[in-house]
Order: sequence, then C-alpha cells, then structure tokens
Amino acid sequence: MTIYLDHAATTPMRPAVVQAFAAALPVVGNPSSIHSQGQAAKRMLEEARETVAVSVGADSVEVTFTSGGTEAINLALKGLYWARNSGSVERRRVLVAQAEHHATIDAVDWMQSHEGAQLDWIPVDAFGRIDVEYVRTALADDVALVSMLWANNEVGTLQPVTEIAALAAAHGVPVHVDAVSALGYVPIDFHAAGVAALSVSAHKIGGPVGVGALVIARSASVTPLIHGGNQQRARSGTMDAPGAVAFAAAAREATTGLTETAERLSSLRDSLIAGVHAAVPEAVLRGDPHDRLPGNAHFTFPGCEGDSLLFLLDVAGFSVSTGSACQAGVPEASHVLLAMGLDEPTARGALRISLGESTTAEEVEKFVAALPKAVEQARAAGYSDRLTVLGRG
Amino acid sequence: MSGGVDSAVAAARAVEAGHEVVGVHLALSRQPGTLRTGARGCCTIEDSMDAQRAANIIGIPYYVWDFSERFKLDVVDDFIAEYSAGRTPNPCMRCNERIKFAALLEKAVALGFDAVATGHYANIVEDENGNRELHRAAAWAKDQSYVLGVLTTEQLAHSMFPLGATPSKAEIRAEAAERGFSVANKPDSHDICFIPDGNTRGWLADKVGAEQGEILDRNGDVLGKHEGALAFTIGQRKGLNVGYPTDDGKPRFVLEIRPKTNQVVVGPREALALSQVAGTKFSWAGLDPQASGLISEPGESFECHVQVRAHSDPMPAVARIAPATEGDDNVGDATGPELIVTPHEPLNGVSPGQTAVIYVGTRVLGQCTIARTVSAVPAAV
Repeated sequence: MTIYLDHAATTPMRPAVVQAFAAALPVVGNPSSIHSQGQAAKRMLEEARETVAVSVGADSVEVTFTSGGTEAINLALKGLYWARNSGSVERRRVLVAQAEHHATIDAVDWMQSHEGAQLDWIPVDAFGRIDVEYVRTALADDVALVSMLWANNEVGTLQPVTEIAALAAAHGVPVHVDAVSALGYVPIDFHAAGVAALSVSAHKIGGPVGVGALVIARSASVTPLIHGGNQQRARSGTMDAPGAVAFAAAAREATTGLTETAERLSSLRDSLIAGVHAAVPEAVLRGDPHDRLPGNAHFTFPGCEGDSLLFLLDVAGFSVSTGSACQAGVPEASHVLLAMGLDEPTARGALRISLGESTTAEEVEKFVAALPKAVEQARAAGYSDRLTVLGRG
Repeated sequence: MSGGVDSAVAAARAVEAGHEVVGVHLALSRQPGTLRTGARGCCTIEDSMDAQRAANIIGIPYYVWDFSERFKLDVVDDFIAEYSAGRTPNPCMRCNERIKFAALLEKAVALGFDAVATGHYANIVEDENGNRELHRAAAWAKDQSYVLGVLTTEQLAHSMFPLGATPSKAEIRAEAAERGFSVANKPDSHDICFIPDGNTRGWLADKVGAEQGEILDRNGDVLGKHEGALAFTIGQRKGLNVGYPTDDGKPRFVLEIRPKTNQVVVGPREALALSQVAGTKFSWAGLDPQASGLISEPGESFECHVQVRAHSDPMPAVARIAPATEGDDNVGDATGPELIVTPHEPLNGVSPGQTAVIYVGTRVLGQCTIARTVSAVPAAV
C-alpha cells in the first residue's frame, strides 16, 4: 500500500466533497439562465461562493471562481497590471519575490516580454522569507503591484503578508497574495490582511482539480483575462456550479477546526523532522524551522540527487516530491533553493515531504524507517549522470 | 525509452521475459522542443509523452532521467571538438559509449537495477563458459551492432537487446500495432538528434566558425581557396571551386582536411584508397582476440572483417595489435599498443575519427577509433 506524503502537490478528495460534488453533478441548469432551473443552479453557485468567501474572510462579491490556482494568479498579476496602466499614469514596475511559484514567475516574465512590465525581484533570506526592508525601499508610486506567497510552496516558510500589505497601502499599491499552499493550513483573513487580491485552489484542500478562485477586494480593479458573457465580475465563461459546490464543501471542512488540524499536523511534522535528523544526521532542514506550514518538511540530502531519492522511495511505497518544477518530468534544481543561496549540487538533493488531513503517525514512522536505505543507495548513485564512472573515461 | 517504436517493443518483451522493468526516458536537452519534427525521433516533449504512453500500456513505471549535462559534455562538445580537429566522429556511438551504457547504466546499477535493455538491433550470445559476445542482429538491414562496437565486456554484462532475434523491422512495427502502441507507425529517426534542422555542416559552421583557407594538391602546391575547411568531407568531389583542370583531366576529390592550418588537400580518386587504418584507442566487446582463440601469441595477425560506417559493407581484412613503442628520446612520439587493420582490398573515403569495428563472422570483436591511415597510392615525389 503506497503511503501518500505529497499533499502539497494535491490532496485526496474528502468524502464529504465527493458526496456534495456527486449530488450537484446531475443538477441541470445554467446559473445564468433566467428560468427556475437556472435560478436553482445559481443558488447552489452563490451559496458556494458565500462559503468560500467565509473561509478566507472575504465578502462573496469579492470571490471570482476560476479554473484553478494558476488562472487565478494570472488574472491577478495581468489584471492588476493592466488596470493600473489603463489610465494616463504609467506604472510599469512589478515587485515580485524570487522564490514564487512558477505560475507567478512565468506570468511576470511574459508581462515583461509582452506588456512592458519592469520586474523588480524581491530577495529572500536563507529561510526563503522575503526581504521586507527591500520592499520598503523599492515601493514608490510607479509600482503597478506587489505579488508574494502566503507560504512558500516548496520550503513552507510563512511570509510577512500583513507587513508588506501595510507598506504597499501607504503608496496605494495593490498586493496580490498566492495563498494556494496556505489555505486550510494557516488561518487566512482577506480583509484583515489588507491585500488587493488572493489566489486559492480547491484541490490543495481536498477538493477537485480544475476549480479555484481569485478573491478581489471591492476597492481593487482587475482587467479580465477571458472575455465573453461577463458571468462573473472579472471572468467570463459558464459558471461551474458543481465545481463551486465541491470547492465550498472542501473549504468548509478545511477551515473548520483548523487550529486543531494545524496543531496535529505540526506535531506530526516535528516528529518527522526529528526522525529524519536521527535517521540521517547530515540531512539539512530547509525553510524556517518554526514559522512554516504545518504539513511541510523539506530537506536537502548531501551527495544525493533528489530524483534518485524520489525514485527509490517510490519503489519502497512512498509518494514524495523533489518540490521543484518539472519540465517533461525532469526535475530542475529548485529556483527557490537557489534564491535562498544554495548552490546547484546542494539544491539538487532536495526532497519535500508534505503531510495532510489523511496522514497518520504510523505513516510518518514507516517513512522515517525506510529513509536511511534510500539515502544510502541514492548516495551510491551519486551524481552519476554528471561524472564518468563506468566505461572509458 | 526514446518514444520510438523499438524501445517500446523492447520494454514490452523484457516484461514478458519475466524481468522487473522500469521505463526510463533520457532527457538529453535542457531546452527540449515541444513537437517532433522530421526524422529526429527523440528529445522533444512529444517523444517523452509517447514513451510514457507506451510505458502506461505495458504497465510499467516510467521516469525521466536528466543526462543533459553529460550529453552536452560527452557527445555534443566532443562532436564539435572532433570536427574542429579534422576528424569525423559518430555521435550515436559516443552516446552509447558514454551515456546509455555508462552514465545511465552506472546510475541504474547504483539504484538497484541489473541491466539496461534498449531497442538496439543486436544480439548478445553467451558461449559455453558464460562469456558474453556481441553479434549482429537477425535483421541485417537494421543491424546496429556497429554503433554498439564500443561496448566493453563489463558493459555487455549489464546490457540486453530484446529485438536482436527479430528478422525485420516490419515485424517490430506489427507487434507494436498489436500491442496498441500509438508509436507503431512513427517514422524511424535518421539524423543527429541534437542538430535541429539536420544540416550538420551549417550547424558546425555556426558553432566553430568558418575562415577562408588554401586548397592544396598532394605535393603541397596551392590550387585555390576555400571558405572553411570543416565544410568538406573526405571523398567529396563537388564544390571544390578549383579554377583549372588537372593535367590528365580527371576530377579531384578531398583527400585530407588539416584543421590546424585550415587547409584542404585534394587529389585523384585513387588516392582515396587506404591500404591500412590504425588507432591506439581500441576496445574488445567481450573476450580479446587471444582469449577468443584467434591468435596464440600477442602481436599475431588474424582474419576478420572491418566495417567503417554504420551501414557500410564489412570488408575482409587482417588485424593485429602492434606493441607499444617507446619513441625517440629526441622526438618523444611514444604510443600505446596500436590496433592495425589491413583490408584485403583498399578502403575508400575513410576519415580519421571514424570507428573501425572488427567482426569475426557475425560477432563484434571490438573496435578502434581510426587515428592513422596509410594511402594505397603514395604521392608522386
């Protein structure tokens, strides 16, 4: 039986979500139709919107459903940037942290090459936390927006969201927060945070893939990415009522009793970290040791390739991740770890173990027991993809 | 699993032979293309997805292993360096020698695997003592034993070629279709995988540059100018642009490329004929000639066939290993032992850097990289 320790990639769908989703699927009616069946579908959708809004501390009018986290992030970045440059004043600078998710990095790169954006990269420290002082100095009236993570999706470090939001507010600069990895693990209060936009995704909290939302403050303007029937405030396209219902069911469960869940996961995570250090003393914990996502443990293993470790653990029955982006299945050295100051060989030894709702203490123990053999074997394989060993050197 | 039909069928056959099989796709480029173009049957994301789909159908796990750094260093850079030195390397051979049966095999063995199985057309045969021999494939038209000639005994011990006994590629395609592989009719790959448009000369000129230089005859007289020595191949006749005819009116051919002085040497067709090829960089794919019973004393000659290109005909020859020379104290040209191959009939159009693979019957005995050649027709003095 395979043990799933990759909850940061996606989560098993919660039984209550499966039930709500299945019940909503056969309901006919386009939420935009005027007849009664349309109105019934609209009601399901709007109740779901209210639930999602409550789960992030926003008003329901502030919630725009999207096809997922990546679309929400793209809508926030491009939409805020376009809206900030729609008048006579030019605001080209985009302040963005180096250790962001690829959905952000690739979107702002595109904005630079196609839309005249000037990227101002916010450095991160050795734990992957963004440099508040840098932001304080860099903020000015010509900044279009600031974008940052609520919590780093690879190394789990929590970010100073409210501090940055307060600094930006002084300049009237909107802040977008990618909270995809944080929702359901740490309390999120959109209004209290004082940010302009916030991205979330259903499948990271036990909901279905293909549903997400961008929360957009009443005061913020976002130019749409997708044009059509104007079904939502910042997005066109027939609204997905069953998807929204499923997302709402997941958001309700994930944020109800969050304190207890977070405590349980933090304690499991800490025993995992202690267990890994005892089993493999040379393993180095990455990210903030305390101020991190409850379910996230991230290590580098000196002398090992992360993908060798991943393979060996997979064979041994554990699903984990190197944490970094893949191109056609090829793990690259993580840009997050490089931004934190690691060199490439060290960064290539990364392994992320992410716990979730379904994780048990027994699973963590089994993982810790299986790890030393995998590390030993991965170390023997070493960097064979880069040095000549067999054959005629 | 390259994403082609051969490796897909090889993987399926390895599973059916009772092995515990994992599909591995080699990522050989840091910036792979998205879609396959022309006859380059590897290295794009589409190829990687084709390989994964085949693995899904076979029901085996599939991983992508990144060897792009090693591939650039050991195959691409080596290819450029060899051409720059006036030699003609075979990058597929180099890839087998350094990547597929070295870096990949080494990593696989370290991770707990016993062997690398590929879709190459070749056979491994064990003699009565359990010694492994490399042989030509049953499908002679597809035989790839030449490009595997670089394998050593140790590498052969960890290699499997499940397609070797199949008499034709058509049978492999039919089997792939029967197994439901979407790649059953995917075109064969022909060109060098890392040269996107198949234009090797243009690609090389782009990497190393091209400068005007002299065209000489065999006596060293300047006949004309060229626009870059690397644009020529040994045996080339067209495009020499020498403004006047030879005394006897016969065409001229490229005989030699001298990269250090950027000169191209031309002469009559007969001068392309080589009576001997030799090199100090050689290896045996299994037992050496003496252990194989071909010779009883070191340095003796033995009958064999020599093949100098992937799909050229094997030519009858004798081979021997000349002992190492100590060299002159003043000149200092010491060499290691040299494999010397003397064909019964002269060989034509062979460049230094090419590999001479030595066969005895269907068996690949070994190979040497050609470093020294002897013309069958000495230049008139």
